[in-house]
Amino acid sequence: MTYIVKPKLRHPALPVNKLGFTHRDYEGTVSTLCAGCGHDSISAAIIQACFELAIEPHRVAKLSGIGCSSKTPTYFLGQSHGFNSVHGRMPSVLTGANMANKDLIYLGVSGDGDSASIGLGQFVHCIRRGVNMVYICENNGVYGLTKGQFSATADKGSKSKGGASNMDTPLDLASMAMMVGASFVGRSFSGDKEQMVPLIMAAMRHPGPCFIDIVSPCVAFNNHAGSTKAYDFVRAHNEAVNRLDIMEPRDPITVEYAPGTTEEVALHDGSSLRLAKLDADYDPSDRIMAMAYLQAKAARNELVTGLIYMDRHATDMHANLNTVDVPLNGLSEKDLCPGTKALDAFNASHR
Amino acid sequence: MPTPVKSINDFVVKFANVNGSGSASANEMFARSILRMGVPVASRNIFPSNIQGLPTWYEVRVSGHGWLGRRGGVDLMVAMNPQTWDKDVASVDPGGYLFYDSSRPIPASKFRDDINVIRMPLTEICNAVYSDPRQRQLFKNIIYIGALAQLLGIEPDVLENLIGEQYKSKPALIAPNHQALRMGHDYARDNLAGACGLKVTRADGVKDRIFVNGNDAAGLGCVYGGATVAAWYPITPSTSVAEAFAKHCKKYRVDPATGKNKFAIVQAEDEISAIGAVIGAGWNGARAFTATSGPGVSLMQEFLGLAYFAEIPMVLIDVQRGGPSTGMPTRTQQADLILAAYASHGDTKHVMLFPQDPRELFEFAAQAFDLAERLQTPIFVMEDLDIGMNEWLCEPFAWDDARKYDRGKIMTADDLDAGKLFGRYLDVDGDAIGYRTLPGTHPSKGAYFTRGSSHDKMAKYTEEGDAYQEVMQRLLRKFETAKSLVPAPVIHQAAEKTGYGVIYFGSTAPAMDEALAALKEEGLHLNTLRLRAFPFSEAVSDFINAHEQIFLVEQNRDAQMRMLLVNECGVDPARFISILNYDGTPITARFIISQIAGRMTMTSREAAE
Ligand SMILES: Cc1ncc(C[n+]2csc(CCOP(=O)(O)OP(=O)(O)O)c2C)c(N)n1
Ligand code: SF4
Ligand SMILES: [Mg+2]
Repeated sequence: MTYIVKPKLRHPALPVNKLGFTHRDYEGTVSTLCAGCGHDSISAAIIQACFELAIEPHRVAKLSGIGCSSKTPTYFLGQSHGFNSVHGRMPSVLTGANMANKDLIYLGVSGDGDSASIGLGQFVHCIRRGVNMVYICENNGVYGLTKGQFSATADKGSKSKGGASNMDTPLDLASMAMMVGASFVGRSFSGDKEQMVPLIMAAMRHPGPCFIDIVSPCVAFNNHAGSTKAYDFVRAHNEAVNRLDIMEPRDPITVEYAPGTTEEVALHDGSSLRLAKLDADYDPSDRIMAMAYLQAKAARNELVTGLIYMDRHATDMHANLNTVDVPLNGLSEKDLCPGTKALDAFNASHR
Repeated sequence: MPTPVKSINDFVVKFANVNGSGSASANEMFARSILRMGVPVASRNIFPSNIQGLPTWYEVRVSGHGWLGRRGGVDLMVAMNPQTWDKDVASVDPGGYLFYDSSRPIPASKFRDDINVIRMPLTEICNAVYSDPRQRQLFKNIIYIGALAQLLGIEPDVLENLIGEQYKSKPALIAPNHQALRMGHDYARDNLAGACGLKVTRADGVKDRIFVNGNDAAGLGCVYGGATVAAWYPITPSTSVAEAFAKHCKKYRVDPATGKNKFAIVQAEDEISAIGAVIGAGWNGARAFTATSGPGVSLMQEFLGLAYFAEIPMVLIDVQRGGPSTGMPTRTQQADLILAAYASHGDTKHVMLFPQDPRELFEFAAQAFDLAERLQTPIFVMEDLDIGMNEWLCEPFAWDDARKYDRGKIMTADDLDAGKLFGRYLDVDGDAIGYRTLPGTHPSKGAYFTRGSSHDKMAKYTEEGDAYQEVMQRLLRKFETAKSLVPAPVIHQAAEKTGYGVIYFGSTAPAMDEALAALKEEGLHLNTLRLRAFPFSEAVSDFINAHEQIFLVEQNRDAQMRMLLVNECGVDPARFISILNYDGTPITARFIISQIAGRMTMTSREAAE
């Protein structure tokens, strides 16, 4: 494996965001994944989302587990601290990091093996604990890094490259996330940047546990006929419930949407999310309905994408823990150590 | 019939109760009352892995000399559990006393004729006064404490005051408890005069010492040490560490102005998640810890390797219990040494601290956070169930208000702006410890990628053997640095010149102190070294090399500390004679004396032949 250092030269005509950063400032090292791997498109979408949101890259902490997907945090946000932890355990590390400093933006990147098998427990528990984060699962239905074994999200009946059929029931992480308390759940497809970017942007502004399941074909082991996570299959079965765009408060542009109703959803920081509903009946604020809708579509072999659920009144773990407003990692002995007087009293009460 | 044991301020009382019957707090009050008489006690719970119904024992060693180890043997058995009657009766030393509830007749064959029986119709007395079953149960405990106090000569005021303190917030309970105490007292006065030759008389042996359990001390030490993040999963005997931390945080760490917490505690879904959160928090610059026991440490192995290799500060309090597997959850051992020292796959080594009592545990728990941040690595605080779940008499805790936390090497935004070179794993100071930056520090400098995969000194992924080895070698040198930072061993030279040494650590200390005094009486002299940390400093190998024979006292089967010493100090294994206690009960002075005296007199006889 080699790392190619990118030239740091900046073209004067490159567009800059509110902070004066160019797209480049949000990139990482050059990807070492297979050419055409869906994961790289997701990295590109993350870069685009952060650029458009004008996030200061160093205010993001990016964490991952182990897998091809979990390698991707080196390929974006080179000025962010990153943590490639151990297989399936990103959620706990992210939880602890978040406990230590509530002021950063936490981006967790995982794979379907990482999240739905070895790390299923951690996936569920960090969401139910309400950790303020954007948790992205780059879902290809296989273990890419260990060369193509089925993962727990592989659909029943889907065929491996070697011809074996998966007979086990698949786990739907988006449904599970809703069930266990995610306040923002989306699903997308790595081939659909238009949909991915605003979804990631909205999630980054949402103050609660966000989960985005992104189907991301593995060109090496899961992009053949018979696979339900292949580019062709997903394109044919994708059922977008809405199209969304983030409206900055300063933004004058109105985006043209496909016909259907539109709805503006206020976000916590003053911006708004414009939802163009492709299915007029779909209401992303109704969790029960969203869960039922997902199941109904799945039964018809359709993959619902878009903003599936959002709780506008989300809170997070720190609210539950009632922590002080400043990050815990910034407290000093003055704040933390009760000192000798308290200790004398403790001693006295133990005599 | 041997003569009834007569003793002042030197005997063992054992209570046999049923778990969940409310006896625990009454028994602890009994122990405290003796302390208030100025007489040292050592108390130990012997309890089952059960919530209600199984037998439980509480042992109080009264020792005017101040010996705080478990003595072994029983002088007065308070037999309140019919289930364990036979065993309890059998455990009394000849000439000792058996106190029991004589409300229901017990056949003569169930007694021994070499012990003295003290009968009290407790149930009858209770039933005559109380009608509510729960009251009958709870006050029965207080009544027998009142009777025992009278028998032993504990001043009634002392107990009355203790009750007053205990129910300060529920004053309505004070009078009925006082009444129950008095009922017991009066019964003993009127009916049991002269029945017991064991006495407590006022002394001045306690001084300003405190009576506290180790887990409480550990939790408090974490508060003083500046821990803000704790993640844990319930497991005996460590649960009360996390609970104590939470309790002390609620008391000391709530911002009075806002009512908000300067701490965050998560009860994780398992130990893997607990340590994951601790590592995440440590990476992000908070002082973080987890508390667990052997099975939890087993589950944490993979993450411990990550913290070692990625060099992340964290503290793990291991309250050791009997292993292997689920083992003896409610019994004590020092059997996680190898598990902790070399935790995780690949080449790893970890720092361990061995506190001898709650007081040292308080200190070490606080110090562990300084060590963790200075050394950027996991620090194990190796306590055990004996220290953790029993009240120990120990020196009062002390703190220096001028003390500053050692946050270790952290590069700030100013450092980076000043042009300091940042490479996460660069050894710039020659102590093999690199500088770290915390996430969010600087917009364009100092970001790096933390990983458990092989990396070079700039934190870049590498599969180059040389770059990898350079990091691995530096980690070894960092372990050398640790030797000078961890608590030094405590060495004592015997009154007379001797070729014998003894090495011990942790909760063995009180039994050892007593054993050494007794051996000295017999003319057997040993120099001693109490280990307080791993890695071992040079003083440890020097001590070993200076003696022909070293008794190495441990509470495990496999002489795990011996393995560590032989392995790390490169000393001749033949020098060691292992003394191993691992039946789950705390080691006793009697056991140590018999092992050492036997061997020392034997070898001196051999030498004479
Ligand atoms: C404890 C442990 N077990 C097994 C592995 C081997 N392993 C590495 S990645 C991986 C699966 C990754 O699958 P996924 O999360 O779906 O990522 P992908 O490569 O498909 O993006 C496995 C099993 C490991 N690194 N650690
Ligand atoms: S093996 Fe699959 S998942 Fe891994 S990089 Fe290649 S295409 Fe992507
Ligand atoms: Mg995968």
